[in-house]
Order: sequence, then C-alpha cells, then structure tokens
Amino acid sequence: MKKVVNEVKLRFKSASENESFSRTVVCGFALSLNPRVDELGDIKTAVSEAVTNAIVHGYRNTSGYIDMLLRIYEDKTLYIKIRDRGCGIADVKKAMEPLYTTAPEEERAGLGFAVMESFMDKLTVKSVVEKGTTVIMIKRIVGIDGYTAEE
Amino acid sequence: MGLKIKMNERLGRLYAFLDGEIDHHSVAALRTDIDLNVTLYKPKSLFLDFSAVTFMDSSGIGLVMGRYKKMNEIKGRVFIQNPPNHIKRVMLLSGVNKLAKIVNADMIAGEVETLEKSSK
Repeated sequence: MKKVVNEVKLRFKSASENESFSRTVVCGFALSLNPRVDELGDIKTAVSEAVTNAIVHGYRNTSGYIDMLLRIYEDKTLYIKIRDRGCGIADVKKAMEPLYTTAPEEERAGLGFAVMESFMDKLTVKSVVEKGTTVIMIKRIVGIDGYTAEE
Repeated sequence: MGLKIKMNERLGRLYAFLDGEIDHHSVAALRTDIDLNVTLYKPKSLFLDFSAVTFMDSSGIGLVMGRYKKMNEIKGRVFIQNPPNHIKRVMLLSGVNKLAKIVNADMIAGEVETLEKSSK
C-alpha cells in the first residue's frame, strides 16, 4: 500500500453553487504538490464535471449530499473520490460514451466523463441504481519541480 | 468569481464578451441573455468571446452547441473568439469547433468574412 501523505474529507449539499466551491477546494489541496498551471486546470475541470454530474444527474429533481475524499500519496499522486447517493446509473458504459446525455434540455453536452478521462490519468466509475454513483480519479502530478525540457 | 457578460451588435454581428468562470451554475442566466439578444437583433453571426474566461468545463461546450442550434434556426453562424489555451483544449476535445469556427482577434477582417461565408 502506498503511504498517504495528506487527506481531506468533505461533505457538501448538491447545490450548483458548490461546483465552483468544490473545485476551489481541490485546487487548494493540490497546491502542496507544486502543480503546474495546466495540471491544476485539468484537475479543476475534471472535478467540476464529476460534481456537476452528481448534482444534475445523481440528484436530479432532488437534493442530497456529495462526499469528497481527497488524498495525496507519497509518489505525488492525487486521488479524488466523489460520491453521491442519488439515482445511480443503470448502464455506466453507455453513460461514458462521448455525447451521450440524459439531459439535453439543459444543454448538457454529454462530455463529462470524456473530459474526466482525458484530463486525469485514471478514471473509475461505480454505480448502483437507487444507491448512487462513485467516481474515482487519479492523477500523478509532475509539478513545477519535475518539469524537464522533453516533456 | 461568477460570470459576467457584455453584448453589443454591429452590422449584423452580435458580440458576447464573457468574463469569469463558466460552469453549469453560472451558464444558466447567461444563456437567456444571449438568446434574448439573438431574438432581438437576428444577427448573421454570433461571436462568443472567451478572452476573459478563466475557467470552463463541458458546460461551455453545451453553451456553444445550444447557440449553434439557435443561430441555425435563423440561418446564422456562431464563432468562438479568442479562447485561451486551456479553453481551446476543451473545445478541441469536444469537436465543437467543427460547428463553430475558432477566430482570433489578430485575424484580419477579410479572413473572418471568408469564414462567415464559407461555414454553412
């Protein structure tokens, strides 16, 4: 098991104001890794997508709590778990297809998972109908110090 | 924080200057603002200017796609103007730049005009 260097647990209401709050928190938490500006941007965008999904889809027409678990591992890996106890996703594979959306009337582009997948190193989605959805995202931070000309 | 918008119209071109962070929460009010102006001016081209946008997730793609549909109804086009690099990445990932061409401020007027005529 990799050693956990730092950990934060956070619970917030599924209010859309919390989309910007949650990504700001993750941003602040990740700062100790000395991330590059583009890495921070990637993380913020991915978190925003996951939290928006929980609010728009998980708790559609209802409200509830979103739990976030953030960890930094000793190998400079950032671990983000975002969990809702909303309606769940019947077909995760289908939901992850680019452009697939169940909320076109709200102008959702259906790209949330595609963005998370391409901006983070690893994405895992677990979901049980009526129980909720858990999204786990992992990204190794190269950071300002780790930057070399080849990269 | 939050998202502000300034709009102006000139010779059949409607410009919307966005300023701040675009997410699902902030985009809702702005959508209505743009659509009201589209209905009012019926422009030939709508320019969404992203130069002052500091953050954007896929809600911004939804915004562009939605305005594309709206402009299509009145046979007009949408342009994505001056997106900073981090925003351009999200645009290119989604392929929305196929519906709404990306233009930059340093393009000369003639280039933009050619794009206005060619797309569509």
